Amino acid sequence: MHFPMKTSYRDDLHLFKDRSSVVLYLFLFAFLIALPFVTGDYVQSQVTFVFINGMVAMGMMLLVGHTGQISLGHAAFFAVGAYTSTVLEIRGIPFLPAFAAAGALSAIIGLIIGLPALRLKGIYLAMATLAFSFIVEEVIVRWSSVTKGNRGMTVPDASIFGFKVSSVTHVYYLSGVVFWLVVLVIINILRSRTGRALGALRDSDVAAESMGINLAMFKTAAFAISAAITGLAGALYAHKLAYISPEQFGIMLSVEFLMIIIVGGLGSLHGAVFGSIFFIVLPQIIVTVKAYLPQKVAELPVLDSATFGVLVILFVLFEPRGLNGYWVRFKAYLSLYPFYRRGMFRRSRIGSADLIKH
Amino acid sequence: MALFTVKDLAIHFGGIRAVDGVSFEVEQGSVFTIIGPNGAGKTTIFNLVSRINDPTAGTITFNGQDITRIPANKVAKLGIARTFQNIELFDNASVLQNMMVGRHIHIGTNLFSEIFRLPSVTRAEIESRRRVEEIIEFLRLQAYRDSPVGSLPYGVRKMVELGRALAAEPRMLLLDEPSSGLNIEETDNIGMWIKDIRDMLGITVLMVEHDMRLVGAVSDRVMALNYGRLLAIGTAGEVQRDPAVISAYLGN
Ligand SMILES: Nc1ncnc2c1ncn2[C@@H]1O[C@H](COP(=O)(O)OP(=O)(O)OP(=O)(O)O)[C@@H](O)[C@H]1O
Ligand SMILES: [Mg+2]
Repeated sequence: MHFPMKTSYRDDLHLFKDRSSVVLYLFLFAFLIALPFVTGDYVQSQVTFVFINGMVAMGMMLLVGHTGQISLGHAAFFAVGAYTSTVLEIRGIPFLPAFAAAGALSAIIGLIIGLPALRLKGIYLAMATLAFSFIVEEVIVRWSSVTKGNRGMTVPDASIFGFKVSSVTHVYYLSGVVFWLVVLVIINILRSRTGRALGALRDSDVAAESMGINLAMFKTAAFAISAAITGLAGALYAHKLAYISPEQFGIMLSVEFLMIIIVGGLGSLHGAVFGSIFFIVLPQIIVTVKAYLPQKVAELPVLDSATFGVLVILFVLFEPRGLNGYWVRFKAYLSLYPFYRRGMFRRSRIGSADLIKH
Repeated sequence: MALFTVKDLAIHFGGIRAVDGVSFEVEQGSVFTIIGPNGAGKTTIFNLVSRINDPTAGTITFNGQDITRIPANKVAKLGIARTFQNIELFDNASVLQNMMVGRHIHIGTNLFSEIFRLPSVTRAEIESRRRVEEIIEFLRLQAYRDSPVGSLPYGVRKMVELGRALAAEPRMLLLDEPSSGLNIEETDNIGMWIKDIRDMLGITVLMVEHDMRLVGAVSDRVMALNYGRLLAIGTAGEVQRDPAVISAYLGN
């Protein structure tokens, strides 16, 4: 049994809720730093993909879960980031400025997409962002003098102050550092005026406006921030794959991003990361399970996508708070032990306000 | 000069004249109440003040400034906060967070300082938190501080909405039926708080209310509306005795 005791307002402002979560995160950091010393390229690559998808998912979470604006266009921001950094780096520009440019250009495009979004909601917004995604894909294919069109581009190693980020381990560390910086940035946004305004306009736009919140400004800002983070992730993705081509950034990728945050739990940062882990691990579980299935079943081409689809439906039906919902309950179980009762949290609503506090 | 003036205000929705040439003045530091049968146009007047609707004619002046056509999100900054007849809270946020949103116009931080969590951001957060805690204490909401408001009982939700409006530190507070859905005891409490808000905090109150006991207890002036037109204006007693008002209520 454990009670967090707070003695001043400052306590509520700390990044970590209490000492035990500080310890937990220290262990996690130590583990992530040590990982390349104890595992090979394969595991490091998988974790790198979790970092990259996790960034996109957090960016999506801010826009879709927290602000309530749906997007089926995030693959396009991802592509803009990937292509911007690659095109610049091929021309000899070092990684850091190219990376910043990738984020900035994605943000600007996000801002432009955010403007029509002011007048659209729900399914119409989904369609508009989807159309935008097609446009970006088309531009990349056609503008072949810069993007090499369908042939794709080889991505040079990132160069940071002359240091070449070449090995799997290098890219792992680079992605890890960026990932945690993004976590910090998003937490900082969520726990201040801007984050509260975004959550407010999702729940009631009339009330938000009557409190002085400029709806247009904050809605477009949410698009820009989300796009910027996704663009940065796209730049890392390009370096991870070392080769990019238009078909990597199709509509299915946007759908997958959306599924990640639904499975993870809309509106929670933890959920965004859990969802990303889940989507990296799941295909491997499917492969493992397939080995035990009769060959006829295992060879069905729809098996993978059908499994994903069914899982998403199950989550929406049985645990709308997603993986993070299980996590919240598991934590409650630990902190209330031995007084936890089954069904204790069944009827209570845990709002995203609580979930968002990491 | 009066703090708040409405002159010849009118709004027509298609054929419906929801507000039809209404004029009144609200003195600084007073409680001004609008009464009238259902559909009289009371909420519509509030929506015109908070700029949810555009008037067909007339002017609204606050603190010497014409606010008839300013953008909706500028109203709070001038010192006008409101509650809603059907409670408009941020349901997924806690009581504390709802009230912190009420501080929006007083927290001057921008996205960049927030991303880097500059000391100015921490300072602004602590200052607003202190103000919000005062309101939580004033309205005795301590027990609910960290609960998501979506799960709270109706009466508590109404108090949270009042608290959120107070957090904006308004000069004038618009309350749309503060007692609706409350029991007798809760209604008495509301009456107490409205007096405290006027006398202790010095906030001018413009209120829509049906409960005549509450109206009589707290109002300095009362205005009766019917079909968007002014029926009578005066003290609570005068308005209640007015023949036009009596027949409007009886005919309803
Ligand atoms: N946005 C709108 N569009 C069309 N008609 C509207 C709109 N808002 C209000 N009305 C109409 O204007 C009239 C006045 O409505 P209003 O909500 O102001 O009444 P009220 O005095 O607040 O009544 P109540 O006591 O039931 O809350 C009603 O006939 C209503 O149907
Ligand atoms: Mg009304």
